[in-house]
Amino acid sequence: MIRNQLLICAGGACITSGEKSVKDVLVEELAKNGIQDEIQIIETGCMGACDLGPIVVVYPEGTFYQKVNVRNAGLIVSEHLVKGRTVPELLYHGPASEKKAQTSEEIPFYTRQVKRVLRNCGVIDPLSIEEFIARDGYFGLGKALEMSQDEIIKIVQDSGLRGRGGAGFPTGIKWKAAQEATGSPKYVVCNGDEGDPGAFMDRSVLEGDPHSIIESMVIAGYAIGAATGYMYVRAEYPLAMERFDYALKKAREYGFLGQNILGSGFDFDIEIRIGAGAFVCGEETALLRSIEGKRGMPSLKPPFPAQAGLWGKPTLINNVETYANIAPILINGADWFRSVGTIKSPGTKVFALAGKVQNTGLVEVPMGTTLRELVFDIGGGILGGKKFKGAQTGGPSGGIITADYLDMPIDFDSVKEIGTIMGSGGLIVLDEDNCMVDVAKFYLEFVVDESCGKCTPCREGTRQMYRIMDRICDGKGHAGDIEKLKSLGKVIQLTSLCGLGQTAPNPVLSTIRFFEDEYRAHIEDKKCPTHVCKHLLTYSINPDKCVGCTACVRQCPVQAITGEVKKIHVIDQDKCIKCGSCYEVCRFGAILKE
Amino acid sequence: MKSLEELKRIKEQTLKAMDLRQAKERGKVVVAMGTCGIAAGAKDALMAVIEELEKADIHDVQVVQSGCMGLCDREPTVEVSMKDQPSVIYGDVNDANARRIVREHIQGGQVVAELVIKRGNI
Repeated sequence: MIRNQLLICAGGACITSGEKSVKDVLVEELAKNGIQDEIQIIETGCMGACDLGPIVVVYPEGTFYQKVNVRNAGLIVSEHLVKGRTVPELLYHGPASEKKAQTSEEIPFYTRQVKRVLRNCGVIDPLSIEEFIARDGYFGLGKALEMSQDEIIKIVQDSGLRGRGGAGFPTGIKWKAAQEATGSPKYVVCNGDEGDPGAFMDRSVLEGDPHSIIESMVIAGYAIGAATGYMYVRAEYPLAMERFDYALKKAREYGFLGQNILGSGFDFDIEIRIGAGAFVCGEETALLRSIEGKRGMPSLKPPFPAQAGLWGKPTLINNVETYANIAPILINGADWFRSVGTIKSPGTKVFALAGKVQNTGLVEVPMGTTLRELVFDIGGGILGGKKFKGAQTGGPSGGIITADYLDMPIDFDSVKEIGTIMGSGGLIVLDEDNCMVDVAKFYLEFVVDESCGKCTPCREGTRQMYRIMDRICDGKGHAGDIEKLKSLGKVIQLTSLCGLGQTAPNPVLSTIRFFEDEYRAHIEDKKCPTHVCKHLLTYSINPDKCVGCTACVRQCPVQAITGEVKKIHVIDQDKCIKCGSCYEVCRFGAILKE
Repeated sequence: MKSLEELKRIKEQTLKAMDLRQAKERGKVVVAMGTCGIAAGAKDALMAVIEELEKADIHDVQVVQSGCMGLCDREPTVEVSMKDQPSVIYGDVNDANARRIVREHIQGGQVVAELVIKRGNI
């Protein structure tokens, strides 16, 4: 008889951190202690606290063990399971609390979240369709099949759900348009391309709760009158593909896909289509072209996919997180969905919290939660006690929310006023050591690489903007650069064909707006205030601290340092390539980096 | 899968298997599993408690282990804390006593007076 269950987080990040080896150790230790028949091990989807992985939660106590590795995993068995003593070294110790947390209910990272989209992630075994059903899985579909198309679409409209892929378009309106469109056959597509660097919300849902998406896609098919669905998942997500594929097979076995679903007479099935590494294929029209086997390039809208999508037929295309909200809305109603969030942005949003924050990972909070809560309460504050400088939101399409706006409630509309977007949920926290010019340059470089090339403003414009940024960071900026960036940026925003181009200038324009002084330092003073931009650094030797040990002389790869033993050393600025090796090797703090 | 009834049946059955992960509102049973406890047979008491709760179809009471409670002389010890009631510590809990405790105290609501060695917290 089972007396304990060990839930091991098997989300992508934890697997990379060695989850399988930890599991092997646990299995071995259980057998060694002869209790393998009393303890059940379950691998779940992402538990969210990615920075703390690998994670093992012991039930029924709910004891939350973090940073478990092959050396200490055995203690969970020998101390906790055999002797009933929790293992202190594996408990979470937050910076703000005095004692260690026993369960996730004592960890602010978890207590302030409202898990709806992530309701099953980290709780169920994603490979078990029965555990999904136990948590009300497929009951939404059951309910939907007893309703009419109009009734289903009305609930979605009343809920006020807006697309979670970044644009925030009202989902109900999209569904209505697809239902009313004439043309056959119709298609349902799920956008699992998730191209924003640093975003992994959709990946975790696909890996940790694949059936939630299957269920909602079937509901969508029924609501608009489609019989075929496509899950477009990026090639960089092999685990998500594997788990989703397995889930499809299980769903067919149990009759949730295929013919005459739940005896309703409705037929629907789903196929997987794999992306090939193009960020632009996250744009809905480019994605549809990609499924058709064509090069992924966006097209003008109208016509919208709802009227003419895949192969010119009416197509409903929504993001993974949007679908994840559908079945619960069917089960609990539109009012339930609206009970959290803001009036114009109801519901919750999953954020991928990353950067210079203590607790990185996935968090799901009501819309309207402030940045301060996300960064300091849930995120645990800035690493190393440094100063918060800004949060970059929306990936390459977004800008910076600065310290002045920490108390701004985050939803689809609020952040637009300060020149950024909430986007798909990526939230990169930046501190006093980040160079804002460098951050903007990084995103611009990404966009230049990913531009499909179809329209001139994006293809040529972003490239020219990047050239200017590169010059600036190289110490070759000149007067007029900032103005040129702003005017180029405006043109690109207004005239690009698709969202990629239209939002590409955002990081640059946003950082110029809030951190113009940093740009001026780079351009006019040829200096990077945070010492990030290598070409603007000057390494010199402080004569008061140099003891003449010749360590840096020997380390320098280009022999730019002269000095004899016990004599002060000097760096030749003309030869110096700013690699920083001398800085790394000096034990006396004599190298100045400025 | 032909109907909602079948769906409900799978849900009920699987929920039982996932029982350990659900929240327990009605109470908690702590079985001391320190070295003294284990030597005295706390393992048998633990398994007996779990089995009896299953037999009685009780799913809202949590069963956990702890380290040594300090009452080594009276091991195995079992603490029963039901909601809104003061907690009670039983001593010398063997298999038979454990089952009695579940049936009379947890199910029946009556503390088994002759097995009690302490009331309230230590």
